[in-house]
Amino acid sequence: MFFTYLRRELRRRRKTALVVASGLALGIALVIVVGSVSSGMGKAQEKVLQSLYGLGTDMTVTKAVETSEEGGERPERPRFSFDAQDEESGEEQSTDRVMVQGFQSLAGSTVDEVGEQSGVADAVGGLSLQVVKVSGEFTRGQFQQDGQDGQGSQDGDSGQEGAPGGARPAPEGRVQGGGADFDVNSYSVYGTDVTESELGPLTSSRITAGRTFKASETDAEAAVVDSAYAEEKELETGDTVTVKGTKFKIIGIATAESGDAAADLYLPLKQAQTLADAQDEVTTIYVRATDSQQLDSVKSAIRKNVPGTTVTTSADLADTVSGSLSTASSLATGVGTWLSVAVLAAAFLVAGLLTSSAVSRRVREFGTLKALGWTSGRVTGQVVGEAVVHGLIGGVLGIALGLAGAYAVTAVSPTLQAELGGGTGGSGGTGGPGGGPGGGGPGREAAAKTLEVALTAPVGLTTVALAVGLAVAGGLVAGAFGGWRASRLRPADALRRVA
Amino acid sequence: MYELKGVTRRYTRGKQTVHALDGIDLTIPDGDRLVIQGPTGGGKSTLLQMLGGLDRPSSGEILLDGTDLATLPEARLTRVRGENIGFVFQSFNLIPTLTAQENVETALVPLGVRTKERREKAAEALAAVGLGERLGHLPAEMSGGQQQRVAIARALVKEPKVLLADEPTGNLDESTRDEIMEVLVRMWKELGLTFVMVTHDSALAKRAPRVATLRTGRVTVEENPGA
Repeated sequence: MFFTYLRRELRRRRKTALVVASGLALGIALVIVVGSVSSGMGKAQEKVLQSLYGLGTDMTVTKAVETSEEGGERPERPRFSFDAQDEESGEEQSTDRVMVQGFQSLAGSTVDEVGEQSGVADAVGGLSLQVVKVSGEFTRGQFQQDGQDGQGSQDGDSGQEGAPGGARPAPEGRVQGGGADFDVNSYSVYGTDVTESELGPLTSSRITAGRTFKASETDAEAAVVDSAYAEEKELETGDTVTVKGTKFKIIGIATAESGDAAADLYLPLKQAQTLADAQDEVTTIYVRATDSQQLDSVKSAIRKNVPGTTVTTSADLADTVSGSLSTASSLATGVGTWLSVAVLAAAFLVAGLLTSSAVSRRVREFGTLKALGWTSGRVTGQVVGEAVVHGLIGGVLGIALGLAGAYAVTAVSPTLQAELGGGTGGSGGTGGPGGGPGGGGPGREAAAKTLEVALTAPVGLTTVALAVGLAVAGGLVAGAFGGWRASRLRPADALRRVA
Repeated sequence: MYELKGVTRRYTRGKQTVHALDGIDLTIPDGDRLVIQGPTGGGKSTLLQMLGGLDRPSSGEILLDGTDLATLPEARLTRVRGENIGFVFQSFNLIPTLTAQENVETALVPLGVRTKERREKAAEALAAVGLGERLGHLPAEMSGGQQQRVAIARALVKEPKVLLADEPTGNLDESTRDEIMEVLVRMWKELGLTFVMVTHDSALAKRAPRVATLRTGRVTVEENPGA
């Protein structure tokens, strides 16, 4: 009888059911969209962080920033010197400088020190370099002496009348031609520990052509090139790239899973150290903790036991994300959440009032049922049952609407900018000249990183479960309003009121 | 058997207190057919609601087979209504979304009768009032007389001890009125019910063996041997 009565009443009061369900659907859809967008924001932030860290990295260790005191030693900026050549020579000159990103590095032994700390599962060192290559022609100018017929000579001994007094006047003329025609190519290089392929920035890229390094290639003249850089320079596997006179064979092309790649070129760590004349030095140590819930204690242990280092966890780095991603994230968690709560509360209230009003219209019906011996509980159950079904219909509509909204967000995939490191301050290193991507560690990298990530709105089972829960809750709230009225109804009053 | 002892019912309307029932003493034996009549506002419906356990007196006792309905806890009173008392209302009070059969079934729901048995009993009850062919009809698809027959079937399907009818023919024309009264009287006889009916209709009152007249909250009972 319960279900028969329920079904008939729902059919009879379709408009009311639709209004109640629509209100709840709107609230639930908003919750789903906001929840999925927030989840998308989280994933976007994760992607941003992964593009710096690589997968599996819980924290990085870099050299602590040294405050440069007055007169203190300042990092040496690169200098380029070229001899001018005769214009006719046509010979191209080239020189490149390889610099450690941010000019700050740690001793290689620090990697082992960090690795020995309690709670550290693995620690791998890497060296970020910036290469600036200047190449072109630098020709000297030619002296052009003023004179008849436009003739002149570089050595200026073509005769002119001497000045009175016998002294030969200084030749008059000007230097013509000469100058420089050069190209500056700046790119980043990352020296990766090929024996530890599961940690470090290269893990955030996928090998799309060729292969990655073998563990045995610690000193190989082999390189993996980022796909964007390879496309720009028209490089393929099997080609070679020359860095500071050393030719490296390209064994693979890596494509960053999201955002920018950590470097344009990946080399074995030892080769990178040799190029930068930074033997046994690293810029960043990538750390994986044994327990991701204990990152703070691991961080403290490293800071305490390995002096002169800065430890940056993914949470620290996440705090430094700014730009439209951060703004959108704040909007989603702030305005979005409150909007959802407000709409849901309003929907619950409207559903409750409509249910209560429906009970008022059915006073005689409920009074009669009570006269027939129906208990207040049974009558209330009927009212609550109807309201819960309204809620469930709202839930189904809301889930459909929410999924459509989330799908639309994913389909449009608005691009968000993430600026990293704006808030950390103080690292000083803004990358080498040329400002290529990457840097000497997340803190420093962050200062130079502006990434673009596409926003998606993934809907998880938890979100759907939450929506169903809200739908039932909405129904129960509405049912509670109506049920309360129905339970208080005295049959005599009910029958007298409509007599 | 009903025994009413000093039953009063007072309502407060604004600053005024209205005595709907003012010390009613009344006995209604098992199997009796009693008609309650009187002027509007005389307390007829109030008395019927007291007998049905729908309302409680301000003072006094309403004993049904020795159980005082005035002091019975709500849950037990509900059970007494569900098991022993059938109601027929002037406006039929059928659930508009349920069919005739389902409306009759609603009276069996509180008794915990299983679905199949419930359906069978409802169909039998409707057949007994001449609506065996109308089981699947909604109230809106039936005439007033047919709706009241459904209400009678609903009241009697649970085989109550008492049938209380409040102006059961008040909304019907004369010929339908007689049809309904014929059904009610027949059922009273067949089932051996105690049948109490409130009516304004003097013609109906004349046909009842006992008539209770309520005026200003007080009752007088007259026997009508010729009925």
